[in-house]
Amino acid sequence: MTTSSKALLTIQNLSCERGFRQLFQQLNFELFAGEVIRIAGPNGAGKSTLLNVLAGISSDFDGDILYQNQPIKDVSYEYRENLCYLGHAKAVKTPLTPRENLQWFCSMYPTRSDTSIDAVLEQVGLMYFKDQICAQLSAGQKQRVALARLIISAAKIWILDEPFTAIDQSGVQQFETLIAEFAQDGGAVLVTTHHALNITGNYRCLDLGDYL
Amino acid sequence: MSDVSSASLRRPSMAKACWQLFLAESKLLIRRPMDVFNPLLFGFLVTLMFPLGLGPDPATLAKLAPGLVWIIALLSCLLATDQLFREDFDDGSLALWLLSPQPMYFLVMTRVFVHWLASGFIITLVSPILAIMLNIPMQAIPALFLSILIGSVSLIFIGAIGAALTVGLKNSSILLTLIILPLYVPVLIFGAAGVQAATMDMAAGSYLAILAAFMFLAVSLAPLAIYGGLKINLDAG
Repeated sequence: MTTSSKALLTIQNLSCERGFRQLFQQLNFELFAGEVIRIAGPNGAGKSTLLNVLAGISSDFDGDILYQNQPIKDVSYEYRENLCYLGHAKAVKTPLTPRENLQWFCSMYPTRSDTSIDAVLEQVGLMYFKDQICAQLSAGQKQRVALARLIISAAKIWILDEPFTAIDQSGVQQFETLIAEFAQDGGAVLVTTHHALNITGNYRCLDLGDYL
Repeated sequence: MSDVSSASLRRPSMAKACWQLFLAESKLLIRRPMDVFNPLLFGFLVTLMFPLGLGPDPATLAKLAPGLVWIIALLSCLLATDQLFREDFDDGSLALWLLSPQPMYFLVMTRVFVHWLASGFIITLVSPILAIMLNIPMQAIPALFLSILIGSVSLIFIGAIGAALTVGLKNSSILLTLIILPLYVPVLIFGAAGVQAATMDMAAGSYLAILAAFMFLAVSLAPLAIYGGLKINLDAG
């Protein structure tokens, strides 16, 4: 079953159905360090479901998902330590400030020790909003709070579901650069977006429409 | 070697994660105090209704008071528990907990404990006032306070199982009540009986001991069931 490979994540014969509807079937691909894969496909093709399954939130699937050649169930702790997932629900608590939201995140996940919360908030453009409660921020600013987690997290794999919703154009460029740099430094990214990513380097697109 | 894998890490400990969760949840409650006041208000209003419905005769009220105060505490806990995980589920926080390399058992335990502080504990604090409004004999107040203090922990932890199971549903109140009320029965029986015993100048210690046993069972085992319930609902995503 396990062929030895250097892939961070190996997906073998993955099939998924939801409510008697077959989403994708016989999906096979590998995600290597340094690689960015954009998952494309029409609405309802199962993009978010695929990301949920790959992140380990949902265990309702057929097939194998291997992290460094071992099923993710067997290396669950290691996998979770090395994964940063950003779902379409952003897990930003609106009565808390951006700083408090990140503090909470940092206390649950391994984070890079060479970055501080203030520096990260400055980097995502929330310098003047870090002590204002998130309920008073715009949708795009809340999204930036969620994206700040990526910078502070020490994960090797990012799984991002529509990360650029409500982000302005210059912000999208900034985060595209962030993704590209992360990949160059040896990270791996799985991302769904509706528009093509404008990044160079090791970048490919996987169309779920081909596996229906 | 790549930057990402060689970057030095800060690995949070489990105790730190639980403590930060405790702080964050407490801040949420302080900034949204209505979540705490609603069950409390409910308790006071219902207590006011009893003399109107049963008649103001102090002797009648005193006879019924142990059971009434316990039922009010139980319903307040139920009312408070319905929405326990709803927001965390909808805004994706639960998925974040699940994916974090921290044990869900302790995260869930912390979360429900904070919820108890904001509901069960507050109701415990006002229960002597409710009891005096219903003319309970003074010697029963310590037993009442202790029994609700211990019993409400069980009520909240058991209620959280139902809240976890129904978190994915839109209208869960009735279903939650149907799941949870049968499980509340033993707590109610021993709680009310203990207070009843105290009103008649009998020792309530044995009842309190049984309530404490329920409490330890609920606190240690319920988080497993809560985790299971949340996992089922997240699985469907």
